[in-house]
Amino acid sequence: MDYQTIIAVEKDAVGYLTFNRPKQLNSFNEVMHKEVSQVLKAWSKDQNIRTVVISAEGRGFCAGQDLNDRVVDPNADAPDLGLSIEKYYNPLIKLITEMPKPVICAVNGVAAGAGANIALACDIVLAAKSATFIQAFCRLGLVPDSGGTWFLPRLVGRAQAMGLALLGDKIPAEQAVQLGMIWRTVDDEQLKVEAEKMASHLAKQPTYGLSLIKKAIHASAHNNLDDQLILERDLQRLAGRSSDYKEGVQAFMHKRTPEYKGC
Amino acid sequence: MDYLKTSLVKVGVMLIELNRPEKRNALNNATLQELVDVLHSIDLDLAVKTVVITGNTQCFAAGADLNELAQLDVVSIQQDQRPLLWKKIDEFSKPIIIAVNGFALGAGFELALHGDIILTGENAQFALPEIGLGMLPGAGGTQRLARLVGQQLAMRWAMTGELISAEMAQQYGISSQICPTALTVEYAIELAGKIAKQAPLAIRVIKQSLKSIHEVTLSQGLKLERQHFVWLAATQDRQEGINAFLEKRKPEFRGV
Repeated sequence: MDYQTIIAVEKDAVGYLTFNRPKQLNSFNEVMHKEVSQVLKAWSKDQNIRTVVISAEGRGFCAGQDLNDRVVDPNADAPDLGLSIEKYYNPLIKLITEMPKPVICAVNGVAAGAGANIALACDIVLAAKSATFIQAFCRLGLVPDSGGTWFLPRLVGRAQAMGLALLGDKIPAEQAVQLGMIWRTVDDEQLKVEAEKMASHLAKQPTYGLSLIKKAIHASAHNNLDDQLILERDLQRLAGRSSDYKEGVQAFMHKRTPEYKGC
Repeated sequence: MDYLKTSLVKVGVMLIELNRPEKRNALNNATLQELVDVLHSIDLDLAVKTVVITGNTQCFAAGADLNELAQLDVVSIQQDQRPLLWKKIDEFSKPIIIAVNGFALGAGFELALHGDIILTGENAQFALPEIGLGMLPGAGGTQRLARLVGQQLAMRWAMTGELISAEMAQQYGISSQICPTALTVEYAIELAGKIAKQAPLAIRVIKQSLKSIHEVTLSQGLKLERQHFVWLAATQDRQEGINAFLEKRKPEFRGV
């Protein structure tokens, strides 16, 4: 299918979603929101897609909201920024975090504002060494959205989260790794290759089990230990009934490589 | 049986599944009548101790049957059998565990509120959407919900039809447990099995005592509780329970 603002490719059980507004540093407008959401929703349900990769065209990853969509007339009433958050950004973050399969993000360049936080919502973030992360919101008098104020303190701790969100400095990818914000960096020219390599590995893994891991880790943010132990019991009970678990045990006993189907 | 599936899933536990998936388990009169008939036969069957009622993974019950409702004018609504059917469900003497996955809307929500214990899946969503149709909940929705969650939330939910998530339902005391959706029915059956092993006569008066809290004053309720307490002293199961405890063994209750 053809899209105006993104490229969506399905290959070997991996869904590749590429932001494609390079001239605007892949910032989001309404069309892009709709297209991204349509693709992610479809892949979320599609059993044949077992890993999703989010990346971008051009030199930037995503500059967040396209401010051309939000020209503020000084004489008009204040805009309701909550509307686009409610309608687009929040559902997008939920689509990523509730996707029952791994979502890899390959950050090729600057990830600013909502662009940075969309990356942080993904399960594994790879970044080119030249990529940067900016919590740009504070510079405009705004609050980090798209889950920023939720992800940051959980990823890097309150002290670093405050520094990042209140100062809005540009953080190089290497520092983002040191802070625990992202998984790791790779050489710029290797980013695409490494992301594909990781995706094709994950797409052959027990997808259902991976989706339960993802669920458990997300739930840990609001569960106490007792609740989390109960959840682990429940999820393990489900995982133990999957055909992939059977296959995994069989393969181990027979010393062969398991062939997982994702269910 | 057209709209229900029943199965004895465990010793003493009857599972009743609403089974009208093409209508999202809409509760038409025929379904309710079937449910009443099944419950009536279970009430007489000493082998069944508890009941689990559920729908399917996507939907518990999406409300009443609107086609049926639309045909009723003020006179035929007066003569409608439905209030009688609901009353019979309310009068069922054994514990009802409700397992809600997906939507429990309108009459579906009200059916759930007829249960004694509600378990939900993570995907459960409750609502009273009658207001959107220019109606009000007509099977105890305003009454039972307000008694569970208080006037503020009941007013709001009845006047807006807003969806109530599984988390909210648990937080406000509509349900007692959230389960992974795939395990809700299993856990409900497990719970029902636990209750089925208890002394049936004690379970019966516990249900009566607890249901009476909305009917009587505290002092009347305390009197009723005391009467039940005294009455149980005449049962053999009570003796068995105490003996088993003192002899450090598992009791064997016989319902006598």
